Amino acid sequence: MEDELASSIALQGAVWAGKKAMTVTSGPGFSLMMEHIGLAAMTECPCVFVNVQRGGPSTGLPTLPGQADMMQARWGSHGDYEIIALSPDSPQECFDFMIDAFNLSEEYRVPVMFMMDECVGHMMERVVIPKADKIDIVPRKFTKKKPEEYLPFEPEYDLIPGMVKAGDGYRIHVTGLTHDYKGYPVMSAECQEQLVHRLVNKIRLNADKICRWEETNVEDADVVVISFGITSRVAVEAVALAEKEGIKVGMMRLIVVWPFPEKRVRELAQQGKALVMAEMNYGQVFYEVDRCVQGKVPVVLAGHSGGTVHNAEDIAEKIVEAYKCLS
Amino acid sequence: MSVVEELQQAVKDSPKVSTTGEHPMNDFLRMDRIPHIWCPTCGIGVTVNCFARALEKCEIPLDDVVVISGIGCTGRVAGYVKIDSFHTTHGRAIPFATGIKLANPKLKVVVFSGDGDIVAIGGNHIINAARRNIDLTVICVNNFNYAMTGGQVASTSPEESILTTSPYGNFETPFNLPYLTESVGAVYVARWTALHIHRMTQAMIDGLKKPGFSFIEIIAPCPTIFERRNKFGDGLDRLKFYYENSEIRHGANTRDVEIGLRSKIIVGKFVDRDDRPTFLQSMNDHLQKKLGDKFQPYEG
Repeated sequence: MEDELASSIALQGAVWAGKKAMTVTSGPGFSLMMEHIGLAAMTECPCVFVNVQRGGPSTGLPTLPGQADMMQARWGSHGDYEIIALSPDSPQECFDFMIDAFNLSEEYRVPVMFMMDECVGHMMERVVIPKADKIDIVPRKFTKKKPEEYLPFEPEYDLIPGMVKAGDGYRIHVTGLTHDYKGYPVMSAECQEQLVHRLVNKIRLNADKICRWEETNVEDADVVVISFGITSRVAVEAVALAEKEGIKVGMMRLIVVWPFPEKRVRELAQQGKALVMAEMNYGQVFYEVDRCVQGKVPVVLAGHSGGTVHNAEDIAEKIVEAYKCLS
Repeated sequence: MSVVEELQQAVKDSPKVSTTGEHPMNDFLRMDRIPHIWCPTCGIGVTVNCFARALEKCEIPLDDVVVISGIGCTGRVAGYVKIDSFHTTHGRAIPFATGIKLANPKLKVVVFSGDGDIVAIGGNHIINAARRNIDLTVICVNNFNYAMTGGQVASTSPEESILTTSPYGNFETPFNLPYLTESVGAVYVARWTALHIHRMTQAMIDGLKKPGFSFIEIIAPCPTIFERRNKFGDGLDRLKFYYENSEIRHGANTRDVEIGLRSKIIVGKFVDRDDRPTFLQSMNDHLQKKLGDKFQPYEG
């Protein structure tokens, strides 16, 4: 397609004609796609947007890494909605999580953000590709109803409406305007509330099922480093450095960043563990961590503006700082 | 056929009044969404009626037709036709339609939207879609302004036209849409006014049948803004103007069909060529040539 505005909507045309579709870009292209991420959220179009993050803002640092589009991925389009975002830290995970991304998009009828960074994007490692029949694929949730009884945006028990595709004889209407169960525009506060509340809730109420992370040595830790993407690989080295100082450090690596694992972070805070959020920006996921902790324990940001990965020493320093605040 | 004869023919052709009290276009329109939002004597309704008749005459199963609109007054068309229809974002109906067509080439994909949407905001997409010769029928209702948002100057507003953002007259050079679309590769280009219902319907039939990128421009009155601000009266007065000032010139050089504020409007079928393969034909032929028997032609 001619530009990112076009690709981000052509893929939705393809989805409504029955295919699975994705598009891949970096910062500026992602900014151009924002309007259509909103359209996908509003029309509940299952699709995947890949952002190989660079340093920004604007043209920023092409071909150098960043992780500063995380809040944009969450709420970059206007209006209120929720999406799902995954962050791989290796070529193997790019393969594995891409399948998960498509599956989640179909299960929840939501655009899924696949938030890579330049390092993971250019990384070369061995990838094991399983046989096709070993891969779990979530099929599109097509309606079982007949055209005369079908309402395109009537939610089923799980808050998600059954879908059809163009050409199936259902004669559907799909609009980015606030719409009722029929899919017809309705300009009222009541309809807006009914629709947007559900769009938000279908993710929020299922957050426990969607959230996914990995933990290492968290149980005994005094300090837990939270990270995602390439930064989680640097964090491993930082943890080792801090442990040499005699600090018990655990790691929490976010695989699904949005929705955010609020419950788990609250638990960690209740257990009195200091938290370090390591990310290549000046505090985006950090704000979420800080919000969940509510001042109960120290939360320290190990951030920088991108262009290269963290120095492990810098994260280790923040671990020590967090540990000192704790005592 | 004169315009008067054309109107008489249209009346003769019009469906008989239903004895069941149903609207004659019941099969094509979402009657549960009527009344529509268009102003009295706006030209869009006529265009939709002609489109319904074109579909009827083409005898294409309606389940195989998809209508995609963008945003704006004409952008609302997708909401009133009782076929699979998508009301997308401003200017981006063509790339959405491209996605549908490529995913399922068996569908008849129609883009129905306004000049501000398709040509101004979506300018990049229309030139690229025509260049690719993707098999779409684009119906563009041109009312010379961004009507829904209050009448701002559009890239089609004639010079000297008075609009909300040009109180002293527009000084920009407007697009000549047939010339633009022909020059970037459209295989079918026609222009009619909202008065030429018979010929407009025929152009839509031609466009639906034509493989490749067809572009049909419909000049339509905007009584609430364009006509009022420029003191052209209401939509009916404007139809009289079209009657007196439009000239049918099939095969005209599209360079010569630009529209001035009070100028003659050249209408007709300007382009109808068969020498360009469609996007999918090109892709299949090219890959067949490069890959030989390894390549399975794509059919959706």
